[in-house]
Amino acid sequence: MVLKVFFPSCCATAESGLLIGRWIPEQNSAVVLAVVHFPFIPGQVKQYLSEVQRVTQVNMCVLGSWSNTKQEKEEGLDKFLEDLSTIFSHEPWIQLNKERDSKVWSCCIFKKYPSSPKEDEFILVYYDQRKVMLSQLHPTDNLTTSADHKGNDASKLGAVFDTVSKSKVLFMIDRYDDGPIKLTHWQSEGVEASIIVELLKQASVPVCMLLTFLLSLVSSVCKSRVLKFWPLSFIWSKLSTCEQLGHRLEHLQIISSNRKAQNQTQLMRKANIFVSLLIDMALGILLMSWLYRENRIGQLADTLIPVADHIAKELQDLLQWLMGVPAGLKMNWALDQVLGRFFLYHIHLWISYIHLMSPFIEMILWYVGLSACLGLTVALSILSDIIALLTFHIYCFYVYGARLYCLKIYGLSSLWRLFRGKKWNVLRQRVDSCSYDLDQLFIGTLLFTILLFLLPTTALYYLVFTLLRLLVVVVQGLIHLLVDLIDSLPLYSVILRLCRSYRLAAGVKFRVLEQKAGKPLRLLMQINPLSYGSVVQTYRLPTYACYPKDSWSSLCKKLFVGELIYPWKHKGEKQD
Amino acid sequence: MEEGVYRAVSGGRIALQRRQYSASCREFSVRCPRLQLRSLSAATCSVWLAAYGLFVLSQNSMVLSAAIFITLIGLIVYLHFVKIDQESLLIIGSLGIQMTSSYASGKENTTFIEMSQVKDVVINEAIYMQKVIYYLCILLQDPREPHGVSEVVPLFQSSKPRLDCLVEVYRSCQEILEQRKT
Repeated sequence: MVLKVFFPSCCATAESGLLIGRWIPEQNSAVVLAVVHFPFIPGQVKQYLSEVQRVTQVNMCVLGSWSNTKQEKEEGLDKFLEDLSTIFSHEPWIQLNKERDSKVWSCCIFKKYPSSPKEDEFILVYYDQRKVMLSQLHPTDNLTTSADHKGNDASKLGAVFDTVSKSKVLFMIDRYDDGPIKLTHWQSEGVEASIIVELLKQASVPVCMLLTFLLSLVSSVCKSRVLKFWPLSFIWSKLSTCEQLGHRLEHLQIISSNRKAQNQTQLMRKANIFVSLLIDMALGILLMSWLYRENRIGQLADTLIPVADHIAKELQDLLQWLMGVPAGLKMNWALDQVLGRFFLYHIHLWISYIHLMSPFIEMILWYVGLSACLGLTVALSILSDIIALLTFHIYCFYVYGARLYCLKIYGLSSLWRLFRGKKWNVLRQRVDSCSYDLDQLFIGTLLFTILLFLLPTTALYYLVFTLLRLLVVVVQGLIHLLVDLIDSLPLYSVILRLCRSYRLAAGVKFRVLEQKAGKPLRLLMQINPLSYGSVVQTYRLPTYACYPKDSWSSLCKKLFVGELIYPWKHKGEKQD
Repeated sequence: MEEGVYRAVSGGRIALQRRQYSASCREFSVRCPRLQLRSLSAATCSVWLAAYGLFVLSQNSMVLSAAIFITLIGLIVYLHFVKIDQESLLIIGSLGIQMTSSYASGKENTTFIEMSQVKDVVINEAIYMQKVIYYLCILLQDPREPHGVSEVVPLFQSSKPRLDCLVEVYRSCQEILEQRKT
């Protein structure tokens, strides 16, 4: 049988002593966690180990002995080491010997009851203890599906990572501390700490409490009955700014909650939300500082009215074109004039309202621009809402055109059935044959002819306004996509993958070190980091994404029939 | 360490290096043909001639700088993401199988599969364009079904050695895989 020993590379220069770690019998491997130095009292060592075992739930024991001899080998040493194996009985007892200035070690195993006559092969795997302790294994799909097969089938390397990360208590004292036990592990090389991080940790508790208090105030105001009256609640649900603000409020609540994160996923989620909020606000403040410099708000307000005028003028030209001979098609003159004049009057009303509001535009924009300090996403949502408000007349025209067209299509289809002598059975939801009277047939045919010949006119108006509406919808969709991207990108995870790639591990990789004949195989185990694509996919934040509600075919069908389309569905809206 | 020269499916010469580190640990590296100076110069010249032709037509010197930029970026992307120099397979009896691809720019892409997941290493046939070629692959165990195969991982995909080379690697791997059953 092959025996594998996972040895921390920080203990390679340690003084002689005992090896402490975990023995995994199913995989025939030993994970060495630390080295206990001479002199020690065996009773105290056993007591300490049982205490640590109780706290960490890791099955820790003395695995063997480690001797790092600088001088020539002493005679009494062998006997001493054999005596140790009888004091700390462990099956099998591993003995590692490092000679002076030699890279290759010799290992022997002592077994009380040798199970097989064949000689055991030894594999020595070095690992970086600190990196393995801090790292998080992300198993691929093959392993996650077999989550119930823990134990024998579980990943061998997962067990090693697990053992090291759970034994943090063991690493708290080392050989420089005064005490009965002197250990060497990764902390013996020098403990890293940062004053700023410690100060931030201390300061975070009162800040979180203050933030929770403020947020509870804000959310109670938002949920108050005053704002729930019908017109206001309808407006709040339609404005994407309110939705984005609600979303951000939820995020803040997650960050400022007092409960510590239960597991790694929650911790990463909190960190991602925090960094995302920070970057958002930084970009928002940058945008604000750019906007408020050199009176850009004033310039923006000055150009807004001419732009609205220009759009209105273009629409008027379009309608005049439709009222004439558009694209060479000959329209029904009377219907054409009626529809054209109706829409022209609408535009005239709209322009009058805009001109009424023009003195206040600059002030409104100034105050609205201040809200950009809440974040770039809020500013983008406000932009999307402003576009929706400015193009409200296009939306109205689309609705009128669509309703007219829809009525016409339904009338035509019903009268077509009458033409053929059939009827729609509402009860059975199918087409049945029906015998009509002569006068019914006569009026039906007349109406059918009228509707049919008026169809091109209505269809053209419908087509033009639908295209305009789709343009506006696409622009709004792009803005929402950008907001979504900023919301859901896990920036903290990406930066972690860039700077401390060992913390997000997809697996391990082995490198074969210098070999010498007769000595055990030496391997170096390094951490294989996760690829950027999988990092983003694993740690993506959930969002209120606007994704297309309909597939292409149903969209086309709706457009043909004249049903009103609302192409973006918000998550959380009821299905209709 | 032994080295042999074989041919790839496309006809180019590849070199196979075999090393045995211990009774249950072996490594096989296949070295692909290097980037030829001929093809590099041909590609660069054609891009620059096309850019010069556009420049003569449009008299805009931005076309020339854009061509130089594109050539440089294209070369860097090709060396870092596309051109694989060496593919190696490290098989360690009781730990697992590791596949490494090294790119021309020095980047290394490693995948490690644990021994408990490996069902077998086999040579499979595939229809590739108008040929039938052989490739070595690892069959992964399905955890739910003991006799099923959950995934097939092909090896040496960019160097594509021919059957004689694959048989050598296959025999060595089988020797090591047999040990784990005992």
